[in-house]
Amino acid sequence: MLRLKNIHTHYGKVHALKNVSLRLLEGEIVTLIGANGAGKTTILNTISGVTPASSGEVLFENKQITELAPDRIVKLGISQVPEGRQVFKQLSVEDNLDLGAYLRYRSREDKASINEDREHIFTLFPQLLNRRKQLAGTMSGGEQQMLAIGRALMAKPKLLLLDEPSMGLAPLVFQEIFRVLHQLRHEHGTTILLVEQNAKAALKLADRGYVLETGKIILEGSSVELMDNTDVKRAYLGKEKG
Amino acid sequence: MNRDMIKFLGFAALILAVPFALSGGYLMNVLVFVGIHTMLAIGLNLLLGYAGQISLGHAGFFGLGAYLSGILTATYGWNPWLAMPLAAAVVGGLAFLIGFPILKLKGHYLAMATLGMGIIMYITFNETIGLTGGPSGLSGIPNIAIGSLTFDSDKKNFYLIWSFTLGMILLTLNLANSRIGRALRAVHDSEVAAQVLGINARLLKVQIFALSAVISSIAGSLYAHTMTFISPASFGFNFSVELLTMVVIGGLGSIYGSFLGAALLTLLPEFLRAAQDYDIIIYGAMLMMMVMFMPRGLVRGVPDLLRKLLKKRGGKHA
Repeated sequence: MLRLKNIHTHYGKVHALKNVSLRLLEGEIVTLIGANGAGKTTILNTISGVTPASSGEVLFENKQITELAPDRIVKLGISQVPEGRQVFKQLSVEDNLDLGAYLRYRSREDKASINEDREHIFTLFPQLLNRRKQLAGTMSGGEQQMLAIGRALMAKPKLLLLDEPSMGLAPLVFQEIFRVLHQLRHEHGTTILLVEQNAKAALKLADRGYVLETGKIILEGSSVELMDNTDVKRAYLGKEKG
Repeated sequence: MNRDMIKFLGFAALILAVPFALSGGYLMNVLVFVGIHTMLAIGLNLLLGYAGQISLGHAGFFGLGAYLSGILTATYGWNPWLAMPLAAAVVGGLAFLIGFPILKLKGHYLAMATLGMGIIMYITFNETIGLTGGPSGLSGIPNIAIGSLTFDSDKKNFYLIWSFTLGMILLTLNLANSRIGRALRAVHDSEVAAQVLGINARLLKVQIFALSAVISSIAGSLYAHTMTFISPASFGFNFSVELLTMVVIGGLGSIYGSFLGAALLTLLPEFLRAAQDYDIIIYGAMLMMMVMFMPRGLVRGVPDLLRKLLKKRGGKHA
């Protein structure tokens, strides 16, 4: 479904991604793990077109999307939940969700199906239902994260890019979010690329994973393999022996 | 009919009834200016209050609209109804072209760039003497007419200007509540988040900049035809700042707030005339107080203040 071939990305003079190649199959959940500054977010931003690659290719459903602007990429079916949630704080929960469907307004039927989808988000995250008229900035971190995911889903993506959904959240809230991700894959077959600091939880949810270090992929494999790998254990799972 | 529409109709009825309460004369003339300033403030508010982009050069677009209309009608004998849309199209197109490079800038840098843009336009009005008449101004601009009805008195101009202003209010209210209005506020909050939802933030900013310029240009054309005389002094940096003040004092991101800000800043100096030499000091002090005690603008500040007062009273009784 998605392929990155020999991607190099720069921020000014900083060489953030060095020869990164990876692939996602349809319906998979794949996770990127690595320390701060390893380039995880940069990979997502390169895919979504926010920080385009300086060389290499990004292919989505066998189409070149390397040079496309972010809004074109959303149109093709890739949605990103940005790091730190970035909900629109001054807007209501409903307005935030409607903005997720920004590219879908064409006709009356679209409006009806957007309303339907909005209600569906409320069934995924019932907590948001009571707060639909509330300003997004006044909600808790967990609720904002739910809203950020809901907002991305409103674009009806085939591929969802998730950037550190667990950041700053209580364990219970974060389990709830992972439960929904699991449900999404089962019910809608949404393909997910998940960037996560909490490697243990991420590998539990994902089918496969890539390990990044200073802009390079140093390891890849199925989640089970990675969880058993001694280097991964020591560096990211915080234990010496299994 | 929804609540917004009822609110608008109430507002429109109130405005259009004003001439019946006044016997005409000087105050009527001031109210014509309130209308023109409201249009300008609304145009700038779309950019500043909704999209979060500053402009210190909007007086330039206002002036360009006025001069294009003035020159086409006074010098070349065009019909004002033809000159106005042409001026608006030229100003809009120009803003669109300027917008692409300068709206890449943010914050102070954008302020500097728009400041420069305004100054260039001001200098152009001053120096192209053959076209604009230079510092001594351009006179002989005809009034607008519909058939045999010529808008040549304050009362007639009041209705002319305010039909445009009310139309513009209705249009911008609809825009603000639409998906585009939501997208503008999203760009204001977080450009990256807006982009990954499929909003072309860069194009949207440029489009709203151009729309805002078009509104200013129409206000400029109307100004030229009501005054029948224009000179560069009305379109300088000071006026850009005054417009900015109207938007902020009235309330960022509120269309009716722009009306309140425009009304206050236009009427206040007139009333303060009574204080003679001290008027500027009182004016400045009042603006400072308003920003201190109503940082969210008149449109939200006044209800907030009333609520606070009522609460205090209620608390004492309890």
